[in-house]
Amino acid sequence: MTPTDPVRLYRAVRLIRRFEERAIELVRSGAIVGGIHPYLGQEGIAVGVCAALRADDLVTGTHRGHGHVLAKGADPARMLAELLGRVTGLNRGRGGSMHAADLGVGVLGANAIVGAAGSILTGAVWARRRRGDDIVGATFFGDGAVNEGMLLEAFNLAALWRVPVLFVCENNGYATTMPVEGAVAGTIGGRAEAFGMPAAVVDGQDPETVRLAASAAVDRMRAGGGPELIEARTYRFDAHHTFEHAVRLDYRAPEEVARGRSRDPVEIQGGRLADADRAAVDAEVEATLDAAVEFALASPEPDPAGALEYLYASGLVARMGGG
Amino acid sequence: MPRLSYRKALTRALADEMARDESVFLLGEDIRVAASNVTAGLLKKFGPERVLDTPLSEQAFTNFATGAALAGLRPVVEFQIPSLLFLVFEQIVNHAHKFPLMTGGQCAVPVTYLVPGSGSRTGWAGQHSDHPYSLFAHVGVTTLVPATPADAYGLLVSAIRHVDPVVLFAPAGAMDVRADVDFATLAPVPIGKGRVHRAGDDVTVVAVGHLVHDALAVAEELAGQVSVEVFDPRTLYPFDWDGLTESVARTGRLVVVDDSNRSCGIAGEIMATVVERVRLLAPPRRVTRPDGAVLPFAPALDRAVQPGREQLTAAIQLTMKDG
Repeated sequence: MTPTDPVRLYRAVRLIRRFEERAIELVRSGAIVGGIHPYLGQEGIAVGVCAALRADDLVTGTHRGHGHVLAKGADPARMLAELLGRVTGLNRGRGGSMHAADLGVGVLGANAIVGAAGSILTGAVWARRRRGDDIVGATFFGDGAVNEGMLLEAFNLAALWRVPVLFVCENNGYATTMPVEGAVAGTIGGRAEAFGMPAAVVDGQDPETVRLAASAAVDRMRAGGGPELIEARTYRFDAHHTFEHAVRLDYRAPEEVARGRSRDPVEIQGGRLADADRAAVDAEVEATLDAAVEFALASPEPDPAGALEYLYASGLVARMGGG
Repeated sequence: MPRLSYRKALTRALADEMARDESVFLLGEDIRVAASNVTAGLLKKFGPERVLDTPLSEQAFTNFATGAALAGLRPVVEFQIPSLLFLVFEQIVNHAHKFPLMTGGQCAVPVTYLVPGSGSRTGWAGQHSDHPYSLFAHVGVTTLVPATPADAYGLLVSAIRHVDPVVLFAPAGAMDVRADVDFATLAPVPIGKGRVHRAGDDVTVVAVGHLVHDALAVAEELAGQVSVEVFDPRTLYPFDWDGLTESVARTGRLVVVDDSNRSCGIAGEIMATVVERVRLLAPPRRVTRPDGAVLPFAPALDRAVQPGREQLTAAIQLTMKDG
């Protein structure tokens, strides 16, 4: 299959959709503690952008990061084991939902500090290119991050030093409960343009549209161009965090949610497949996730004696806290 | 024997490590012209790719260094002003320090943060005179405060070669210290290893950074009355508890002189750990900045809130009187 294969894009959005739905079930059953920030509704963005990247390109995700990690190629079983805090997890149970990382597939981590990852990725891509690798990077962030100074500083550094980083703003309309119009003066694209960076607004609900925009940007960047920004307009189908399932927060009108959910990336991409092909992918995804859930639930929990293992790459053993 | 200044020792360590290891590079503000005089001559020797002047974007370039380290380089970030560490505390603690554990050991972040001219520079007032090494010890970032030119050289070399993030404070009060040094003996100084500068029998004085020189002067003045041992931890985290315990177990008395604010400063930790381990002959004492100190501008006021020789002398004498 080629990267433009609609089946491949469909499989990726469907996998993330069902992964998230299965994860929410596991939050409800108590198997996942601490809850998650579901990526439901935004799948087309991670999938479209990652379809435009090579395996050796780098990405960073957000606290709503399962989609980014999976779209870049992480194993769903090890990802799910991470959410369950098991030793077989991507981060050996040390990171959890908000810090899932798989450096082996170029994911420098979901990062739970809003606006922080852009500058980290800029440094990583700069360093790899200095070594002669023609890689590019893509950093995902929400509309809330565009008011973080750290991210605007990263725009400046990347543009100034022409570091090929694709800044991908997932504008889902809300920073937790704060609507964009209550938080963003000017425009998101205008921020990029102020640093001399090309900016495009795309329909984030259509994986193919996102892929085309990302591919064009990645081609320009790989050919020596500087960073670019894509603002992908999207809608978060579910809660900011699963705690909202228990605590109702009144900030989105039901009509608005219904309208938002009516443009579903899984349906949009699924509509491009023949029914039989779509059914085959759905069955394959369910089988993958059945196996992932089974693997994660059967995996051992970490030994509390090693709670601070990996704290220091040097192997330094920290003093413990007991008397 | 040639004289080596503390400042030149730092320059020499940077130059030696950059020559030895292609992955070492410097970034910071005004480092090409060497405004702090530590990077003098390095631009000419190593070129602009390895001596990277940054815009005034401390948060982004600190994270940029984290990214570069994740991609295999060994950045040294210079901060001209110690108070800038408050601005980048988030980037160092939340990202550089936490990545190894949060990723379950998938990565290392070998960054050195070099702070030439930490503490009071006399007349630089409230926002340029902090000495926040205890904060880094508290969060568990490797923290070095060399007192002498040879240790400045050796600890900076070790910091750059270290696999975890390291903050190296070069106190303004020590930057002009010169010593006779046989250059052939300059060598890496192990992290986590203290040093007895002067042997004594009656009391162990732990002195941090530039205060080592004050402690040695006081020890000399008191030589007729009290036999003072001067212990320089050199590394505040991880601390050489065994080395200090050995000293205090012999002398039975402890005085700490530390340029931190009193509450939660490293002196408190040193006293606590020693009394957990050693039955002392007299209660331990400490000489520090006052609680919550902000250094006032006027020179007499600046001096009044820094630990001084008179205070140290009095603390030693009171400790001897107590038992």
